Formats: sequence, structure tokens, C-alpha cells
Amino acid sequence: MHTSPAAAANHEAHENPALLHHFATAEQQKDAASFGMWLFLVTEVMFFGGMFCAYLVYRYWYFGDFGAASQSLDIKWGAINTAVLICSSLTVALAVRCGQVGKQKAMVVNLVLTIVLGMAFLGIKAIEYKAKFDEHHIPGQASFHLEKSIPGHPDRPVNQQHAQVYFSLYFAMTGMHALHMIIGVGLFAFLTYKAWKGAYSPGYYTPVENAGLYWHFVDIVWIYLFPLLYLIDRHP
Amino acid sequence: MSEHVSSVKLYVAIWLALLLGTGLTVAAAFVNLGPFNTIVALAIASTKAVLVVLFFMHVKYAHEKMTKLVIVTAIFFLLILLALSMADYATRLWS
Repeated sequence: MHTSPAAAANHEAHENPALLHHFATAEQQKDAASFGMWLFLVTEVMFFGGMFCAYLVYRYWYFGDFGAASQSLDIKWGAINTAVLICSSLTVALAVRCGQVGKQKAMVVNLVLTIVLGMAFLGIKAIEYKAKFDEHHIPGQASFHLEKSIPGHPDRPVNQQHAQVYFSLYFAMTGMHALHMIIGVGLFAFLTYKAWKGAYSPGYYTPVENAGLYWHFVDIVWIYLFPLLYLIDRHP
Repeated sequence: MSEHVSSVKLYVAIWLALLLGTGLTVAAAFVNLGPFNTIVALAIASTKAVLVVLFFMHVKYAHEKMTKLVIVTAIFFLLILLALSMADYATRLWS
């Protein structure tokens, strides 16, 4: 007689307390959770995609003004933040690996490092935002003024309205990205507490893995934001 | 469970490649390549994104094809969003 899936499930439930009764095996449960996370990330791709699309349209229309406005950003902070995010992606990947091989202490260390790097990113972003306020580069501000000419045309000053569209998109895109970072830091704070309490083992570390997928996605968004906002109009 | 566990060495190698890509894209931004500045920057960014997806997000080792299908679908619909929007906005001044 064949073992029925229900019987197999009952058998496995005794071995793995994390297995919920409506899944046949722990592997099926993990695949379902991972698939759900990927579907969520698809909605996130479309969410950020709308803003990237707006950037593309306005960059095409106000090409020179976008170039001038882009040159007012500080490439140094943008590059440092990219490196910080890449380091945090490494620590997340290592935290997930710790889950796979069952290293509880190392997982807590990697999760704490991720939080620290995430906070460092947000701190640097705050320095950049502060500079924008000091320079009156805030769209909608009555005192908004970008003292620049169109790149390659020293006699043509920047259209102030068009430059404000650039900064609107800059703040919308980096702000939404920063909000995702804040949510991510909150998630990892919760996971650090749970990991410290010993909630995760090689048999069950799905929350760490899914939070990791989310963090890597947020990293990828920045990997595209950095060249588009800071770099591509920099050349002399 | 037959979960694939990547070595720490691989993760560090990918991390170094991503940092190298960041350095390259910053350096390339200061060289005048004309319209190719944008293309080079986006090519480097896409290479970095692929490395993150394949190795950090474990898609290279995903044993079910659904994850890959979902990613291809996301990219496909993103390209539809960008391409069809630009087909409108970029041609409005033609007449």
C-alpha cells in the first residue's frame, strides 16, 4: 500500500514543528512562501517602474535641464551609498546561508550588520537631502533656484520649472527607495530578535530568506537609480 | 531537503564583482562617450542586477521554473510599460 500524502504529512509534522497542516511537505511550504514573495516583488517592479517611466519621459523632453540638475548631485555620497548597500546585500546573503547551515550566532551578527549598514545608507541620504535644502533645490519651494546652464551651452540658463521636475522625480524615487529601506531595517530588527531567540533552523528559516529577497530587490532598485540620477549626465 | 548552499567564497566573489562594477561605472561617467555614457552605465547596472538575482537571490539554483517565469514576466511587462509609453511621448512632436 502506498503512503497517502496526508500520512506523509503527519509523519513529517512530528519532525518539523514549523510545517503547517495544509502543506504536504516542508519543501512545498517553503516553495509556496518563496513564490508568494516573488509575486510581491513583481508588483514592486511595476511600482518603481511607473516612476522610472516618468523619469524616462521627462528626461527625453527636458534633456538639457535634467543634465544640469543631475550635475548638482554629489557623486561621492551616491557612490559610497552604493557600496554600503552592496555590503548590506552580502551580509543578508550570509545571514540566509547561516539559516541554511544552522549557525544561529553568525546569523544574528550578520542581521545586526545589515541593520547598521541600512542605517548608514539612510544617514548618508539625510546628509544629501540636507544639502539640497541648504542649496534651495527643493521643488515647489518659492526660493527654488538652480544656478546652472545647459551642459554644452554656457549661454543658455536652465529652465527653473523643468529643473524642478527633475528634483521632484529625484525626491520621489530616492524617497520611495528610502521608505523601502526603513521598512527593511524594521523587518531585520524583528528577525534579529527572533533569530536571537532561536526561532530559525535549517528546517525553517523562510522569513529570513524572504526578507533577504526583499532587501536584494531594494538593492537592485538603487543599482539603477544611482547611474540614472547621478552618473549619466556627468561627462564633460 | 535538497537546498543548495553556496560557499562563502562565492558570496565574497560576487560582492567584490559588485564593488568593482560600482567603481567602473563611476569612472566611466567622467569619460565623454557621447550617447554611449548612458548605454555603458545601464549595461554595468544590468550586469550587477543579474549577479544579485542569480547568486544572492539564488535564482541560479532555484529548482522550480515558476520563479524564473515570474522574473521574465516582470521584465517583459516593465519593458511594455517603458516602450509603449515612449512610443507615444517620443513621437508627439513629429507632425
